[in-house]
Amino acid sequence: MLVGRVWPSRPTFDSPFADFDQVRREMLRWLDTVAGETFVDRGAGVFPPVNVTQDADNFYLRAEVPGIKPNELALSAVRNRVSLAGKRELPRQPEGVSYHRKERAEGSFNRTVTLPVEIDAQRVDARYADGILTLTLPKAEQTKPRQITVRT
Amino acid sequence: MAKQARTDIQKVEKGGMPTVTEQTRPGPVYSPSVDIFEKDDSITVLADMPGVKAQDLEIDLRERVLTLTGRVTPLDGSKESDVLREYESGTFFRQFTVSETIDQAKIDARLVDGVLRLELPKVDEARPRKINVRAD
Repeated sequence: MLVGRVWPSRPTFDSPFADFDQVRREMLRWLDTVAGETFVDRGAGVFPPVNVTQDADNFYLRAEVPGIKPNELALSAVRNRVSLAGKRELPRQPEGVSYHRKERAEGSFNRTVTLPVEIDAQRVDARYADGILTLTLPKAEQTKPRQITVRT
Repeated sequence: MAKQARTDIQKVEKGGMPTVTEQTRPGPVYSPSVDIFEKDDSITVLADMPGVKAQDLEIDLRERVLTLTGRVTPLDGSKESDVLREYESGTFFRQFTVSETIDQAKIDARLVDGVLRLELPKVDEARPRKINVRAD
């Protein structure tokens, strides 16, 4: 749907505009319902699809990148941004092969994900298994909440 | 020299499953993207199934229907809360009809980095043969 492209959905974090974003999503949801489509968050519409979760100490970024060798992935992290770049090349088949289906995509990608708070770029851990890339991104020490004791 | 393709990879939405069979497990079911190509002596199926481990992949062939079922165990830990969610984990499911020209005993499957490669060799009788024309 065109609206989805004009306003690419982006992660919403604690920001003064969070409320606007909420309204925007509600409107998109409503528009989709009117158009007779079921509402799906299409994300940024960029390969690879990414899920980000967090706990008290870390962010966890997981991306579906089947068939890409770990050494073909270029990852970088700075402040609160993580970039994933790489290329998915499907092996060329010899001449004379006839295709019945060709659905798998190939090409290069370069994607940046912005996180709500800064991360410790020195301690980022990356793992790849079964076509899924998992990044563990520790939150920077200075961004963690601190307990403050009230003196009496 | 072949010209290098400079196209950016496009994100493809995970497709839902056409209701072929009754669903017996909860959770979303996705149809994996596949490439199928044929050579003189075999047919090869490549399927993208990110997150599926070899022990969670079932390949079943009966009555000439080849069924691929791959279960994905979500990696998310229990204490994690969502920040951004663009894909869901579920089951990959797809069925193909296999013709009798396939040697069903020799089907070979390999799962590497979330990509399944199925080799379906043809029976000898089905392989094309060059016929020499004799001139008397």
